[in-house]
Amino acid sequence: MRNYLNYWLSMFRFAIKGGKLYYLWVGFLVALIGWGGLLYYHQLVEGLIVTHMSDQVSWGLGIANFVYFVGVAASAVILVFPAYINRNQDIKEVVLLAQQLAFTAIVMCLLFIITDIGRPERFLHMIPFMGGHLNLPSSILAWDVVVINIYFVLNLYVPAYLLYMRYMGRQTKWYLYYPLIFVLMFFAIGIQVSEAFLLSGLGSRYFWNTAILAPRFIISAFSVGPAIFYLVFLAVNYHTKLAVKSTVFDYLKSVMRVTLPINLFLLLCEIFKELYPGTLHAASAQYLYFGLKGHHLLIWFIWPATIMNVIAALLVSFKQFRNNQVLFLIACHLCILGLWIEKGMGLVIPGFIPTPLGEISEYYPNLDEVVLCLGIAAIGALMFTVIAKVTTGVLTGELRYEKKSSLKERD
Amino acid sequence: MFSRRSFIQGAGAAAGAAVLAGSKPAEAFTFAEFFQKHYKELTPKDKEAIFKRIEHETKAAYGVDVTITDPPPIPEVEFAYFLSLTRCNGNRKCVEACVKENNQSRDPAIQYITVLEMEAGSFDLVEGDRYYNPPEVPRKDKFYLPVQCQHCRNPPCVRACPVEATWKEADGIVVVDYNWCIGCRYCMAACPYEARHFNFTKPSIPADQINPNQSYLSNRIRMKGVVEKCTFCLHRTRNGKYPACLEACPTGARKFGNLRDPNSEVSQILKHKRVYVLKEELNTRPQFYYFFD
Ligand code: SF4
Ligand code: SF4
Repeated sequence: MRNYLNYWLSMFRFAIKGGKLYYLWVGFLVALIGWGGLLYYHQLVEGLIVTHMSDQVSWGLGIANFVYFVGVAASAVILVFPAYINRNQDIKEVVLLAQQLAFTAIVMCLLFIITDIGRPERFLHMIPFMGGHLNLPSSILAWDVVVINIYFVLNLYVPAYLLYMRYMGRQTKWYLYYPLIFVLMFFAIGIQVSEAFLLSGLGSRYFWNTAILAPRFIISAFSVGPAIFYLVFLAVNYHTKLAVKSTVFDYLKSVMRVTLPINLFLLLCEIFKELYPGTLHAASAQYLYFGLKGHHLLIWFIWPATIMNVIAALLVSFKQFRNNQVLFLIACHLCILGLWIEKGMGLVIPGFIPTPLGEISEYYPNLDEVVLCLGIAAIGALMFTVIAKVTTGVLTGELRYEKKSSLKERD
Repeated sequence: MFSRRSFIQGAGAAAGAAVLAGSKPAEAFTFAEFFQKHYKELTPKDKEAIFKRIEHETKAAYGVDVTITDPPPIPEVEFAYFLSLTRCNGNRKCVEACVKENNQSRDPAIQYITVLEMEAGSFDLVEGDRYYNPPEVPRKDKFYLPVQCQHCRNPPCVRACPVEATWKEADGIVVVDYNWCIGCRYCMAACPYEARHFNFTKPSIPADQINPNQSYLSNRIRMKGVVEKCTFCLHRTRNGKYPACLEACPTGARKFGNLRDPNSEVSQILKHKRVYVLKEELNTRPQFYYFFD
């Protein structure tokens, strides 16, 4: 127990040490969090009226981000599988970072939900055994709560256990984490599927009510995830003493080579199914891509996003582009941004337009919503910065039991 | 976690209650609300206390004496609503009466009934217009389609709700426990008829327009952040009265009654008229029908 407390203490000490750049970054994030927190307080007082949401478009930027970051959380499995099942040593060296990123994404998802509901203080109503009523098995949202929370706990426990053992320099006991890896992978897919079923299970929202929504979610998550990991690992290489092996980068590249084109293909299937038959059920898709009855706000989101995704897919598909580091980094950014728009403004919002009774009521987020989401993103970024700093410290041996006095920090 | 509003309201209510019924600490109200159980778990005694509390709160906030009741479903009754598309002329008296009867927020305005002005010859809802405002109704070559909660027999909203805050009662009325709803709005996404409305902020109702005859599961004044909808005026209909919208309708387009009674007007309409339900392909099996006569 004392060791454990000391562990936390030394982690804390390690986390608050850093150069100018580090403090600047942390300060920036804290400021963003403060701004978001202020606006959230305003929303608590006034209600969700401070957003641009309405009865017609009853979910907005918050849920869009939620859907996206569930994907990010799930994508850690891309590294978990080769690390633990195939026992790829290079990947195993850094898999903890991926799992912690997943954990951070899940925390962000929970925050997106909590800040989006009308009565957050009634969260106990969702917790069975504490007087709550979880509507199982019928409500997909209830399933979602369960699945996400299990994934949350697994991603909290497994990396924390492995990291602590590493810090103490002790041997890990396989039965204390290895079986959980399988459960964890199962739930990574599970959170994506339940996310997709949440939308596709609504029979009256034709835009969402499609069988390939779950596959699309999984593939798009497996496109965004590697792109994010690629950037994160580059940053780790640059800012810390941990050296991520080039084979890891190659592996991420090869994943994106497969998933980005598949993602486009699934999109094509979806668009064809919507638009070719020319039924009235395609009104949302029509609105999204071409506008409907003089309303075309989302065109300004979806076409840039589609172009970004196409360019990203082209860049990763051809060897000449892919092996050019600059071009590949551009592909990563395009993919992260393009799919963010496509999954958010391009998927969640058009589901509400037109409404079931045929009204076209457009939605775009206002400053309050944007800042609140930025605040949550900043919480995520801050969490991950600190966690990653400590983790790389432990992984490189800078931070370890007994040797606390020899801590040195490099920027 | 508490919003300032509920805190202030709690404090205000406490002050009011202190005048009325001796002293009670301010937090008691907020905590009472916080720990309040699901409607179905409330004992008669719990209910009595809660209704008292709400009455006090309303008195403190609006200075109006209201009574909260909880009329149960009547055995052997299955309510059904029938609306004649032949007769409806789009005058929207029903909308107005509904808002008054059910203490809906005036600003922002919440209305349970949406009347669509439809192009003759088409049931394509996208072609309908809910903001029609001609000098006189009905307009030529238009017909009018009022839509409210259809009290589905297979309600997607009930299935969607993660916390069982909304359910179907024995007489078919779909209700919401406003004190249990967490405001996630999943039910709104699930409802194919746009019947559900969200209190984006604290409802505002002029004190002199409050309907004091209230029930827990229907027209009591709602709070910020919860969902509400048409309840077939259960505080009226379970006491043998007609819904407010029906009484307000000048054309006689609206019919309401018990489907289990073969001699009721609604049973007769179902048997003898050409009857239609909205979006039948979704298999929601509404207890709200449209007919032509
Ligand atoms: S009309 Fe909508 S709110 Fe009413 S029961 Fe059906 S799904 Fe639920
Ligand atoms: S908004 Fe309320 S009633 Fe609707 S699904 Fe959420 S908790 Fe249930």
